[in-house]
Amino acid sequence: MLELLGYLLIFLGVMAFLISAIGLLRMPDIYTRMHIGTKTTTIGTFLVVLGAICIEPSWALKLILLIIFIFMTNPLSSSVIARASHRDGATLANDEFKDSQK
Amino acid sequence: MFELVTLILLFSMFMTLYRFLKGPTLSDRVVAFDVMSIMGVSLLVLLALYFQRSLYLDIALVFGLISFLGATIFGRYIEKGI
Repeated sequence: MLELLGYLLIFLGVMAFLISAIGLLRMPDIYTRMHIGTKTTTIGTFLVVLGAICIEPSWALKLILLIIFIFMTNPLSSSVIARASHRDGATLANDEFKDSQK
Repeated sequence: MFELVTLILLFSMFMTLYRFLKGPTLSDRVVAFDVMSIMGVSLLVLLALYFQRSLYLDIALVFGLISFLGATIFGRYIEKGI
């Protein structure tokens, strides 16, 4: 039963990765690409590793360490790339919104 | 089950690789690289479950560390140059 729950969680996580890849192809702008690329990969990794904990409970320590690590570093690297590309002069795809930082 | 999940993950890695090769600016390529490396971490977790080797989890942890460092250094390079 726990193993079945693990397979279900892994499948949902991989679906989140597929949504991330589709979003990277379809989004028009660097900021929106970064938005979908960060959030969906964070939740996808969380679900895959949680499913792995459900399948193999004896590996739980390393896997929880991996979850904590991903949750700490993933928003940080996204923030660094967003700030850098804004200072590099990336533009918004939609003209309706003004860039208030310029 | 594991084969199906790994095939879906590899398919999304290839779609991200297309953005990596095509991406108009350097920032797009760096974002695609970041997403691909995190997909690689999950792929290593799936391989550890498939081959029943807990050694691959250590490799996943170190790979995540190196990819975070790479994204941060590329961000600094976009911002200030070398």
